[in-house]
Amino acid sequence: MDKVILIKYGELTTKKGNRNFFIKTLTKNIENKLKNLNIEIEKDLSRMYIHYKEEDELLLINKIHEIFGIHSYHIAYVTNSNIESIKEKLIKTVQLENFKTFKIKVKRSDKSFPKTSVELAPIFGGIVLKNKNNIKVDVNNPDTIIHIEIREKYTYIYYNEYKGLGGYPCGIQGKGLLMLSGGIDSPVAGYLAMKRGIKVEAVYFEAIPHTSLEAREKVITLVNKLKVYSCDIKLHIVPFTKIQEEIYKNVSPNYVITIMRRMMYRIMESLSKKEKAKVIINGESIGQVASQTLSSMYVINNVTNMPVIRPVACLDKLEIIDIAKKIDTYNTSILPYEDCCTVFVPKHPIINPTLEETLKEEAKINYESILKETIDNTFIYKEEKNYENIL
Amino acid sequence: MIYFDNAATTKVREEVLDTFIKVSKDYIGNPNSIHKLGFESKKLINASVKQVANILNVKENEIIFTSCSSESNNLAIKGILDAYQRRKKIILTTILEHPSITNTLNNINDIEIINLKLDNNYHIDIEDLKEKLKLDPILVTIHHVNSELGIIQDIEKIGKTIKENSKAIFHVDGTQSLTKIKVNLEYVDLFSASAHKFNGLKGIALLVKKEKINLVPLINGGDSQTVYRAGTPSPALIASFAKALRLAMESQEEALRKVKEINKYLKEELIKIDNIIINSKEDSSPFILNFSIKNIKPETMIHKLEAKEIYLSTKTACSSKEDYSKSLYQLTNNKDISKTSLRLSLSKDNTLEEARKFIKILKENL
Repeated sequence: MDKVILIKYGELTTKKGNRNFFIKTLTKNIENKLKNLNIEIEKDLSRMYIHYKEEDELLLINKIHEIFGIHSYHIAYVTNSNIESIKEKLIKTVQLENFKTFKIKVKRSDKSFPKTSVELAPIFGGIVLKNKNNIKVDVNNPDTIIHIEIREKYTYIYYNEYKGLGGYPCGIQGKGLLMLSGGIDSPVAGYLAMKRGIKVEAVYFEAIPHTSLEAREKVITLVNKLKVYSCDIKLHIVPFTKIQEEIYKNVSPNYVITIMRRMMYRIMESLSKKEKAKVIINGESIGQVASQTLSSMYVINNVTNMPVIRPVACLDKLEIIDIAKKIDTYNTSILPYEDCCTVFVPKHPIINPTLEETLKEEAKINYESILKETIDNTFIYKEEKNYENIL
Repeated sequence: MIYFDNAATTKVREEVLDTFIKVSKDYIGNPNSIHKLGFESKKLINASVKQVANILNVKENEIIFTSCSSESNNLAIKGILDAYQRRKKIILTTILEHPSITNTLNNINDIEIINLKLDNNYHIDIEDLKEKLKLDPILVTIHHVNSELGIIQDIEKIGKTIKENSKAIFHVDGTQSLTKIKVNLEYVDLFSASAHKFNGLKGIALLVKKEKINLVPLINGGDSQTVYRAGTPSPALIASFAKALRLAMESQEEALRKVKEINKYLKEELIKIDNIIINSKEDSSPFILNFSIKNIKPETMIHKLEAKEIYLSTKTACSSKEDYSKSLYQLTNNKDISKTSLRLSLSKDNTLEEARKFIKILKENL
């Protein structure tokens, strides 16, 4: 054992009451994420240590950056808790690090250790100065803080702090249903919702034969990409063709999208009740398209009392694209398959729909029974084809 | 039967053939059709591409399936020349290349082909490479493992040198290396390989083309697996490639250990025989062992051994019509050696027992 990844819970939460639950969930998520690696997790009330094999370091760090709830971490060198071993390790590791100014921070949780932290800091500082050229101490604004934590059995020496993904551990906030279309915005919305600890399930509105199986495949790929950041994501597929055709047949073209979105929200509400989800999440961004103007949002949102969270509502398209690229959904999102929102787009969708007009248009269709049928026929996608025997 | 001609081609694995048959029967759609059958075929191809990309540690859109390594090599060389027409038409290569490189280069007009200097172990001389990179070549095209002698080039070091010193594109022919030795494509722009060299089927090969590199296709047509190679993609062949690659990689360490042992034995025994000279180098690929028997016409030996059901080859199968090995002659400057060379090439299926039997029969036929 030479190095460990050290994760401090300090920043994890300010809510004291939830702390244990947070830590438990984070540990479970970490174990789950790293289950294929040869690692050992050791933890106490304030820290977690991940022991690993040197050759796995790069892979391990990549994976650490995919776990919400880790705000920062350190790569710590490990040595036995006796003064000679610590000195030796310090001399060795100080060569590997790059800095011009430093300060030493000693923490002695093993109170039986012969010297106190205050006595130890100058000793270690002296060693560092002696063993690295052109460096000096700067207690106010150092390039690096050299942490030396002396615990009962082992001592941990670490230099830099690395930023993690932040957020809350996946799952601590209960469930939310994400409207996932296949475009650029909704996967980003899902990612951001997951970042706050929401257990996300995806809902895809499908309009076969107007949309293709490839469009579904695209959504499945997106779900798989989001899964990287989550424990698991269920995908609900809503057979939306019938209701969509009904709207298209009966409603004035400029209100088609408004009414269609209202139907989607109604379905989302029913599914949420069924799945015990507390919020609806979608990728609406203010003003981006006709159905996302404030007037449209007002009219569309009117069908439900559930909270609707729109994580990208106030982001510019380019900001959304940046995140999409970062989470690797962008290249999938731009594949040119039509989804149910693009198939039926009228030439001039209304930008400022009114509630009065909307209700009038909606009265033209008898949607109750079709909605019920649609919800009953909604299913959870299961990976049907396994190529294990073929490939 | 003792089959020692695995660098020419290998026996197809049972499981790979199963995949070919199953996919041929079950996936009847053209992957370009938009209906369900087409979609199923396309999905299988996508899954195959993903598997191959993961194994090679490249992106999915960097995989181009072709019909054979010769096609991959042609596509790489001609495709680059076409795509970067403003660059100087200088190409760096070596005298150790396979005919699918040398003949391709020789058939292109108005290019300057420069051979890189090789050191005593037939490795590319890095200083010479640096010097020649100053000429601003468009392409460096070399083998990873040479098919005749098994010479291994350090593609990481060479690639790094190329990237640090020039704008040249780096093409590596990995036909004899993939699955056999470690392949790191970090500095490689284009990489050719073929399934039948690792117990896959003949008729399917690939060219890895890094995302940032442009390429003009040789074969134009409709949509296909990629835009760089038209023609209806074969789900059965592509899936069989993915499977052959996976299985070969899974047994890579075991195969290497086994082949090293056999190679060591063969070398030790051959060297004891009068008039035999080992042409492969100490650090050559253990999968290939090239030697010459002075004053014995190699064709005669091949046929004598073939009568005992032992199969090996004179030079490489693809250049066996010439009466001496050009590259060996250039390396040794010795007509005798280059006229009398034989190539033993091994695979995971060979045994030490076969090697013993071979040595015995060889001695009887000298």
